[in-house]
Amino acid sequence: MHQQSNGYQLEIKNLSMRFGGIVALDNVSLGIKKGEIFSIIGPNGAGKTTVFNCISRVYTPQRGEITFEGHNILKLKAHQVSGLGIARTFQNVELFKNMTVLDNLMLGRHHIINCGVIAGGIYLGKAQRLEIEHRKRAEWIIDFLEMEAVRKQVVRNLPFGTQKRVELGRALAMDPKLILLDEPVSGMNLEETEDIARFILDINEELGITCIIVEHDMGVVMDISDRVAAIDFGEKIAEGTAGEIQKDTEVIKAYLGSEDLVVGRRVEED
Amino acid sequence: MTSGDFKTSYKADTAIFQTIWIKLWMAGLVVFMIFFPFWAGPYLTYVVNLAAIATIGALGLNILTGFTGQISLGHGAFIAIGAYSTAILTADAGFPFWLALPVAALITATSGLIVGVPSLRLKGLYLVMSTLAFSFIVQYVIIKWEGLTRGSTGMGVPSPKFFGHAIDNDRAFYFLIMPIVVMAMLFARNLIRTKVGRAWVAIRDRDISAEVMGVNLARYKVTSFFVSSFYAGLAGGLYAYYITDISPEHFPITLSIDYLAMIIIGGMGSILGSVFGAMFVTMLPEGIRIAADVFGTSYPVLVDRFFEVKVMAFGLAIILFLIFEPTGIYGRWIKTKIYYKSWPFTY
Repeated sequence: MHQQSNGYQLEIKNLSMRFGGIVALDNVSLGIKKGEIFSIIGPNGAGKTTVFNCISRVYTPQRGEITFEGHNILKLKAHQVSGLGIARTFQNVELFKNMTVLDNLMLGRHHIINCGVIAGGIYLGKAQRLEIEHRKRAEWIIDFLEMEAVRKQVVRNLPFGTQKRVELGRALAMDPKLILLDEPVSGMNLEETEDIARFILDINEELGITCIIVEHDMGVVMDISDRVAAIDFGEKIAEGTAGEIQKDTEVIKAYLGSEDLVVGRRVEED
Repeated sequence: MTSGDFKTSYKADTAIFQTIWIKLWMAGLVVFMIFFPFWAGPYLTYVVNLAAIATIGALGLNILTGFTGQISLGHGAFIAIGAYSTAILTADAGFPFWLALPVAALITATSGLIVGVPSLRLKGLYLVMSTLAFSFIVQYVIIKWEGLTRGSTGMGVPSPKFFGHAIDNDRAFYFLIMPIVVMAMLFARNLIRTKVGRAWVAIRDRDISAEVMGVNLARYKVTSFFVSSFYAGLAGGLYAYYITDISPEHFPITLSIDYLAMIIIGGMGSILGSVFGAMFVTMLPEGIRIAADVFGTSYPVLVDRFFEVKVMAFGLAIILFLIFEPTGIYGRWIKTKIYYKSWPFTY
């Protein structure tokens, strides 16, 4: 395992991404250490998900570098990134809706299972051994995320909160070193939010997986993050511990507008 | 005494035939299938043989369209390639059956690769159009390349021989085709429940997230085309052997539509559905033919316009299934099973 000299597991340098005339990311640099929970916050459209899409190679940035444990990610194709140990979830649940929970998890292990058309079609022997071997890990994850009751249900029929949990499970099934979580608690009630926050802490502490979270729920972000970065209009405006970010004037300005604007509105309302 | 079917090993939980009752039913089905051609006359055996061959083809199309989500109107062309490859290998090159059929299937699968590569950039309607164009090209080549295919006069196919015995009647063919159908079904079923099949279904359901999970889209789409056309090649080869004389009119453009109808009516993305669909679509014209015999005197239109009535019945069947049972006969089968499982309770 290559550990970089500066101690970052994932390093993003001067990342710039534009779509036509719109600048989605402008010179963003981030460093994420092994084993930490790192959150990226920012208003809607700030470019948070674009960072994730660049890391998982759905997008190709115009400029910048992304290295993971010494590997240049930008040289890889989208389907090769999982091989490095990077998993992700999506903002709007991108599960395989007609597959069961178990099959979704087994698909997460796609890049680990080594079985071709002929072995799969004959089944007896190699394919059966692999299926059972990887089924054990999938079942372990089902236990870990407390999804036993829905194991064999088709994902399409499950409530949204459960689907988000399945997606987290699918990412875990990839045996990752780093998980990118895109709004893991959006659209959830308080109880479900607390469950997911607890799972993220467990994943981080028990499994030692680095987590990068994009999230709007500031309660969750401030409670569980080791460090937080704030992005606005594609630029990084602040980085630090949760406490530091909360007091940062740039961050407050990005979320609430600058002070004179607030005063201005108050004057108007009066 | 156990009060339910509880599995204690993953091996038991991943088995295709899970309970003792299903295994008994399957054993019963095998016994029935062995005695069927002795009980049924040659005509019924003939229809069942055609349905069995169509089942292999429908399995192939279901792999590509039902499981991988790549809609194709070129399946009839692959069937034709399989049939002509078999005919040429057997009649001209003198290959024996056991060699000609797999080689013909491999030739067809390779042509599937060639069609599959453009599909990497085409989706939905555009893929439909390109596969349709492929069908026209294949038909044109078969008609015009007379040196190889004898053009529109067609060519004869010698019957397969085993230990000096020619397989040349319906009953003998039944025992040749059925084991191949069963193997084709098992192979497809196994593929679908392991890595390759899961990747196909993932591509169908959500291709971007499949890619992020590590599925090489290009590779698995092309693999799907390969396996699908291999099945088409097998079906085409068996068809050529069975009807002994093949000509371009056996493989019209509408053959692709017939196969699409099979998987829509039978059930997209279902192995068993392919069987149901192939049986339905093969037996529907025979049903209309029987109706024409019975009602022909009072409704002569059934006899005079048999082809048109057949096509209309197909269209009607597809429309009715799309509206009332989009999951096909297989979906109805599952619902019926659940109904009887919980009877007399509603759920």
